[in-house]
Amino acid sequence: MDSKQLYQEVILDHNKKPRNYGRIEGASHTAEGLNPLCGDHIWVTLDVRDERVQGVAFEGESCAICKASASMMTANVKGKSVAEVEQLIQEFREMATGKLDVAHQPNHLGRLAVFAGVKDLPSRVKCAILPWHTLHAAFHQEASASTEGAADPMGGS
Amino acid sequence: MSSVLKKVMAPAAPFDVAKIRAEFPILSLTVHGKPLAYLDNAASAQMPQPVLDRLVQYQTREHANIHRGVHYLSETATAAYEGARRKIQQFINAREEREVIYTRGTTEAVNLAMHGYGRAFLKEGDQIIVSTLEHHSNIVPWQMLCAEKGCKLRVIPCNDAGELLQEEYRKLFNDRTRFVAVTHVSNALGTVNPVKEMIAFAHSLGVPILIDGAQAAPHLEVDVQALDCDFYCFSGHKMCGPTGIGVLYGKTALLEKMQPYQGGGDMILSVTFEKTTYNAIPYKFEAGTPPIAAAIGLGATVDYLSGIGMDSIAAWEHQLLEYATEQLKAMPGVRIIGTAREKAAVLSFTVNGVHPHDVGTILNEEGVAVRTGHHCAQPVMQRFGVPATARASFSFYNTFGEVDQLVAGIARVQKMFA
Repeated sequence: MDSKQLYQEVILDHNKKPRNYGRIEGASHTAEGLNPLCGDHIWVTLDVRDERVQGVAFEGESCAICKASASMMTANVKGKSVAEVEQLIQEFREMATGKLDVAHQPNHLGRLAVFAGVKDLPSRVKCAILPWHTLHAAFHQEASASTEGAADPMGGS
Repeated sequence: MSSVLKKVMAPAAPFDVAKIRAEFPILSLTVHGKPLAYLDNAASAQMPQPVLDRLVQYQTREHANIHRGVHYLSETATAAYEGARRKIQQFINAREEREVIYTRGTTEAVNLAMHGYGRAFLKEGDQIIVSTLEHHSNIVPWQMLCAEKGCKLRVIPCNDAGELLQEEYRKLFNDRTRFVAVTHVSNALGTVNPVKEMIAFAHSLGVPILIDGAQAAPHLEVDVQALDCDFYCFSGHKMCGPTGIGVLYGKTALLEKMQPYQGGGDMILSVTFEKTTYNAIPYKFEAGTPPIAAAIGLGATVDYLSGIGMDSIAAWEHQLLEYATEQLKAMPGVRIIGTAREKAAVLSFTVNGVHPHDVGTILNEEGVAVRTGHHCAQPVMQRFGVPATARASFSFYNTFGEVDQLVAGIARVQKMFA
């Protein structure tokens, strides 16, 4: 895995100019995501009405991989139904952990496939997944998500 | 060659880094098609061939359990294991061999002191002094003791350069101060603390003091008698030795009144169901079969370091640090965290607008191995208002060319994120 493949223009661009950055006032759902190992720390706020994501925003301090992942996530899930977003969360997690081959298996990830290369950088998988984890926690009204413990995407004990 | 003769010759001979590198097989690796520049020595250093050879010799010709058998191999293994203790005693200039207790590493050494001394002698309301610069392993054990006993932790602050404020340190003492635990060299910033003066001050008030030497033993000459510390802790793998072995040095009088840390074989003189009599020091603290090969390997490691000379090692690493500091200072957007006057060869830095983990991943692509994160020193990160840093840490086998490789890598990071 070459970092040039991971740090592509699209990722560097979303890092520099994150979309939907900030906080939704009067959000219906909100969650905090923390990766204690590297210090990535984000908040996701949602406006969910009629089982559909009407609005979504994120903010926080994080590395480029996490920030770009969060930015592209918000751009992708806006307007989708909760069921569609849950499907995306599942597929993104599977792609990042190498269980889903985006080139050969059907999926709905589209441009999010730029994160496929992260599977070869085990220390960075959690950075890419954290925003999706946090989004999942917000849907389920969990106050916070962590990349450690039971929620560890790497399947650690 | 005697060590006296080497000391006389050392200043005259130029430091032959190429010859030294040839003794470290791992340094000739390439990573992503680039020569490896291993600059993560503060996390763990690489092992030279003589130490590797010693491990193989032990495992192929000398291995058996120690302190037990009457047969040839057990006696050979015991002699090598205790011989290594003697080498380590001389390396840190301890008064007696039995003041050298083998542990799994610095962390276990601190925990042993906490259990054996802290739990036995500290009481509710007592106070323990630590510093802002401590590694988590010299904070958490004392916090656990505080929680158990109702003791209080007091913290020595540092200035913007990362130097401990000595006046504040002295002000922290009061009639409830019962223990001090402070690092010799900061792992996150490289600051060399004036521990000799700090020890003298603690002793002037009758307070014992433990020094975390994990980052000092690989880089400086450590003389525990000259320092007069009560405890000194270090790890083998940070000084080019094996993992799984470290040392707690303690003064005989203290060790003798301490409680054992773990119970088991080798730490007893006699056992009945009514009463157990503990063995003498150091064995009282070495329950169970120890990492025999690793201990013998650590003996070979201190021989190897002494062969080069700690003065020569410190001098070469200082040149590398000065050169690297100069180069990074000249890069706009690069901030060096930790600018103490007295520093070991550790360079913590941040790159403006780029998270340290992105810096580390891209440097890895250039063959440069640095550590990124909080370096198990979150209070240091909080003090300097950063979530994490990238850290280049040098050993005597590093070169000026590797510093250039680091600098070129940082320049590439800046270009990508421009």
